Amino acid sequence: MKFERYGIGIAKGMALTLKHLFRPPLTVQYPDEKLVVSKRIRGNELVWFPDRCTGCGTCTKACLQGNIILVTHRGEPNKFIVDKFELDSGRCIFCGLCVESCPYDALAMGLEYECAKYRRGETILDKDKLKLTDQHQPSAYYRPQFAAGLPKQSLLIYDKKDGGQKLNLFPLSKRKRGPGA
Amino acid sequence: MTLLDQFQKMLMTAGLPDWAAYLVPALVGIILIIAVSLTLVIIFIWWERRLLGRFQLRLGPNRCGPEGILQPVATGLKLLLKEDIVPAKADKILHFLAPIVVFVPVLMIFAVVPVSEGAILANLNIGIVYVIAISSISTIGIFMAAWGSSNKFALISGMRTVAQMVSYELPVVLSIVGVGLVTGSFSMLSIVQAQSIPFILLMPLGGVIFFLGCLAEMNRSPFDLLEADSEIVAGYHTEYSGMKFAMFFMGEYGVALAYSAVIATLFLGGWSGPLLPPVIWFLIKVVLVFSFTVWMRATLPRLRVDQLMSFAWKGLLPMAVINLVIIAIEVLVVPASMLWLMVILNFAFAAVLVLLWSRLFTLGGGRVEV
Amino acid sequence: MPIKTEPFYLNLGPQHPSTHGVFRLRVELDGEVIVNVEPIIGYLHRGIEKLAETRTYTQVIPLTDRLDYVASMTNNLAYCLSVEKLAGIKVPERAEYLRVIFSELMRLANHFLAIGAFLNDCGALATPLIYMWREREKIVDLCEMTCGQRLLFNYMRVGGVSQDVPEEFMPALKKFVAEMPKFIGEYEQLIKQNEIFLARTKGVGILPKETAINIGASGPVLRGSGVNWDIRKKDPYSIYERFDFEVPTGEVGDCYDRFWVRLREMRQSVRILEQAIVQIPAKGPIRADVPQFFRPPAGEAYGHIEAPKGNLGFYVVSDGSIAPYRVHIFPPSLINVTALADMAIGWKVADLIIVFGSIDVVLGEIDR
Ligand code: SF4
Ligand code: SF4
Repeated sequence: MKFERYGIGIAKGMALTLKHLFRPPLTVQYPDEKLVVSKRIRGNELVWFPDRCTGCGTCTKACLQGNIILVTHRGEPNKFIVDKFELDSGRCIFCGLCVESCPYDALAMGLEYECAKYRRGETILDKDKLKLTDQHQPSAYYRPQFAAGLPKQSLLIYDKKDGGQKLNLFPLSKRKRGPGA
Repeated sequence: MTLLDQFQKMLMTAGLPDWAAYLVPALVGIILIIAVSLTLVIIFIWWERRLLGRFQLRLGPNRCGPEGILQPVATGLKLLLKEDIVPAKADKILHFLAPIVVFVPVLMIFAVVPVSEGAILANLNIGIVYVIAISSISTIGIFMAAWGSSNKFALISGMRTVAQMVSYELPVVLSIVGVGLVTGSFSMLSIVQAQSIPFILLMPLGGVIFFLGCLAEMNRSPFDLLEADSEIVAGYHTEYSGMKFAMFFMGEYGVALAYSAVIATLFLGGWSGPLLPPVIWFLIKVVLVFSFTVWMRATLPRLRVDQLMSFAWKGLLPMAVINLVIIAIEVLVVPASMLWLMVILNFAFAAVLVLLWSRLFTLGGGRVEV
Repeated sequence: MPIKTEPFYLNLGPQHPSTHGVFRLRVELDGEVIVNVEPIIGYLHRGIEKLAETRTYTQVIPLTDRLDYVASMTNNLAYCLSVEKLAGIKVPERAEYLRVIFSELMRLANHFLAIGAFLNDCGALATPLIYMWREREKIVDLCEMTCGQRLLFNYMRVGGVSQDVPEEFMPALKKFVAEMPKFIGEYEQLIKQNEIFLARTKGVGILPKETAINIGASGPVLRGSGVNWDIRKKDPYSIYERFDFEVPTGEVGDCYDRFWVRLREMRQSVRILEQAIVQIPAKGPIRADVPQFFRPPAGEAYGHIEAPKGNLGFYVVSDGSIAPYRVHIFPPSLINVTALADMAIGWKVADLIIVFGSIDVVLGEIDR
């Protein structure tokens, strides 16, 4: 190969990198600044609504990991009482098939995604841990009824005014992104 | 008369014995050089990582200290605490000595770099030749590391290093001879004093050749073949960990800093400049040169090893020789008062040569029949 | 005088910065020149084909995500197409468009990563990789908006897609499509004329047309060698015959051609996206009425699509039960990587890396 262009190609490339010096950074300073996740995020802790669950067991069959343990006994006529509903979030692959298959909208994916645990046993979510609380909210994955209250996802493609990236050259380390930042 | 000489004279008039008056300033100078250069190296590591981060749409280190400036210190501390692993089949002595052999010559380069008028540790009359000679020692250290760690990736890297260093030293030295011709001296001080016009304007081609050669000598992209991480993992320091690795790391950035300083001195007019104090001017120039190398590192892919060789032998070397001849003739013919004529002539010659070479020159061989 | 030296064996991988996963190459070297290359695979084997036999037809879909995890929706699509062929299911109109939109987005995402990693292998210290990653990130953002995850999407279903896109999706997609040509142009500027890049890739690792066809290579590797073969044109699936696009091909089949084919393919993908945005029906069902645990009639079907890396085929055999009797996966990466030895012998170690990078393999797909 010859240097036919006298290095103009190299110069062009270098001009482009120089231009990127003045573009907003791509990275996020994670624990300090957090992006808003999708409304439909398949988060790590599923939410179960005991009053809506009939104990039909469709979700256990839909799970490809065989991950949901359901024990019921017969209650009043035509009704199952759920004794045990247990799900191991350490084995779960968060595919969402169980949520998709539940005919009574009694199961939803969770919103949280920072669910590291110290012990293996802690990943098992029993009836109490699956219940809806203030910290434990359902996401809108396959449950559009929950979408209304959730914040808008921060997309890289959005402009500055929609909560996209900002170029904040100084001080470099104190940069915020996303709505409310 | 450098500052150290003045200090020595002061001690002598104060009545110290000769040996003490000789020893004390030397020790003070050495300690000063080591301290300042190591601090600068640390700052430059931070600067490179930060700048590279910005080129790559990242932030770079920003956690330790204000704007992350203490990050290299933290890295160093971490490396200090790491276990020192020596491969079972390593040549223990070479493996141990190599980081030292790489690191010490780097510090020695700083002895002849003038920071401002008279602020130089040793005003050798062969200053720049000394730089080239000393920095070649690092090559041996790198080869020792490559051989000593009994790793195939390291060995490939070692072989590449030796070939690369030997090839690129020639154009570098030849372009320095051009500087020597114009200045009439190899002393760094007189080179700076001779630059009424920065030599990059006076001999653009020589400057570019010297810069490219220096890039190869300090193993920076696009000539960073000896630690081409996508090919040979980490090259010669694949098997190094802990403080030994840190010494390689410091050595590498030390070379980068030293060569940036040498380029600034030789071709950009060293400390001279209007208004600001000389030290500041010198630092600005060094940072500029260094940032330029970072910029290149952020953009350019790497050459292959045979392309690297042919670039040195078929591209830079003949150009350097022609450049030298042209400058020699000009020094004879052009009167000293008409340096601007030389600037114009040299720019014209540089353009013609680059044009010619871009037509004639092919890079590297292709497939080898096996 | 030729110097005879002892051959020198080098293990590239399984842990090596540029083997794109856990891939191992046993390389025989003469100095830096490659005498022989022997790929050793299987470090990432998870037995997906066997696992699929004990899952229902829907439950196989999350498994297919784990094949080519760089562009996982295309795997979903290929599998679903085969099962639909097997059971004779008709997919609603809107779902077809969504499938096309997402598989073209996946093609873009894959090519961004492929080119970025390839340039990284050439030694352009991570800069192109991160620039490409930014664009990929935008696509992944869109996918996250739709199906809640950023890597293993599990979006396509037998008979359609799992759920409709949210209303923020279309404006964002339009913005993305409008901006994309500018960015692709920028990457061309960054690297296409770069002399060092040309020196490294032009004429390196040539895969002649005949060899490429004999090996059975597909995708950009085949098209880079100058064969005009694209399943979207030659055996149209889904609704690809409705779109107007070209199939870029290379001339000599070197690394540069493969790179250049990918770059032009991205422009074509953007073109398809532009048309799909206009044509997609605003409302409508997105999933045919397929029960969760459906039993296709006994039989077999083979469906293949033009995945970003080449011809991705799924061969599904049903015995009429709830789970497939056999699922066989025909991955493009595995076939393409067999061309490596032909391309790399006689070149240097550094060339081996970029030849391997230019094939663009994903180990999840090779080892399955
Ligand atoms: S998300 Fe998937 S793996 Fe997890 S419990 Fe539900 S079906 Fe099982
Ligand atoms: S499918 Fe829904 S209703 Fe049935 S057992 Fe599971 S959670 Fe309860």
